[in-house]
Amino acid sequence: MQLKINGQSRSFDSPLTIIQLLQQLELSPERVVIELNKKILTAEAHDTALNEGDNLEIIQFVGGG
Amino acid sequence: MDKLVIAGREFSSRLMVGTGKFASNQAMVDAMEHSGSEIVTVALRRVDIDNPEDSLLTHIDRNRYLLLPNTSGARDAEEAIRLARLARSAGCEPWIKLEVTPDPYYLLPDPIETLKAAEVLVKEGFVVLPYMPADPVLAKHLEEAGTATVMPLGAPIGTNRGLRTRDHIAIIIEQAKVPVVVDAGLGAPSHAAEAMEMGADAVLVNTALADTPDPAAMGRAFKKGVEAGREAYLAGLGPQRNKAEASSPLTGFLRD
Repeated sequence: MQLKINGQSRSFDSPLTIIQLLQQLELSPERVVIELNKKILTAEAHDTALNEGDNLEIIQFVGGG
Repeated sequence: MDKLVIAGREFSSRLMVGTGKFASNQAMVDAMEHSGSEIVTVALRRVDIDNPEDSLLTHIDRNRYLLLPNTSGARDAEEAIRLARLARSAGCEPWIKLEVTPDPYYLLPDPIETLKAAEVLVKEGFVVLPYMPADPVLAKHLEEAGTATVMPLGAPIGTNRGLRTRDHIAIIIEQAKVPVVVDAGLGAPSHAAEAMEMGADAVLVNTALADTPDPAAMGRAFKKGVEAGREAYLAGLGPQRNKAEASSPLTGFLRD
């Protein structure tokens, strides 16, 4: 299945939930915020299954003024 | 020192610091600690999926510092609102430093988009601290929209050029009913002291702390500058005069 993550297309085996995707990317869920198809996901929604063509933004805090 | 109160919350320090551009996380933490700050700004960006870095938040003690996410990178109100909502969903308190800068060369804030975003975010329950041009009329509009502070710029972000907008900031301070936080361009403790002597309620500094080989010492220096300026403001500065006024008695000279 193709997903668009942070503007780039990537292939993943399905089925895949958000939490499984984060595990594959070695990202801990506490440190990121996720938008799925422009909607912000709450932590409770991390078991949402992903679908072909989904567009994800995975965002974190960085230094800034 | 008297307390700074923003949206009903009290702070002992009147110096807010940014966390950008430090040579290392340790340098950032040193600057934060030595500055005595209680409010630190952070930005939101995409994770580099192929090369995820260590999370910034592991270095910031959330019991000690209020995290103030900014909307840097937003070019219009819509992008700023999106970033603010993302920050809140990350479990932060709903405080947001609203920043809308369409032009990357001078990074000057867009007054119209900033006001539009402020109106929406205030309605959504955010405590909004807007970075703004030093425009007294805009400051009034933002205050009327319900922002918790106004944050006029001293000079463009990262320029270290000091209070280039001094006269307009003086008018903003005179008229504001919310705290005035001078943000951007303060490059030296004397700049921070100058803003505080004028009656600014607080200042926000980042580049000046990151742009030095010794961020800890610069953090201390800014802390003193801010405290000195505040104390002088509260004491009341003497009037400026065009002619000399002798400090020593003009009688009893040793001459005939």
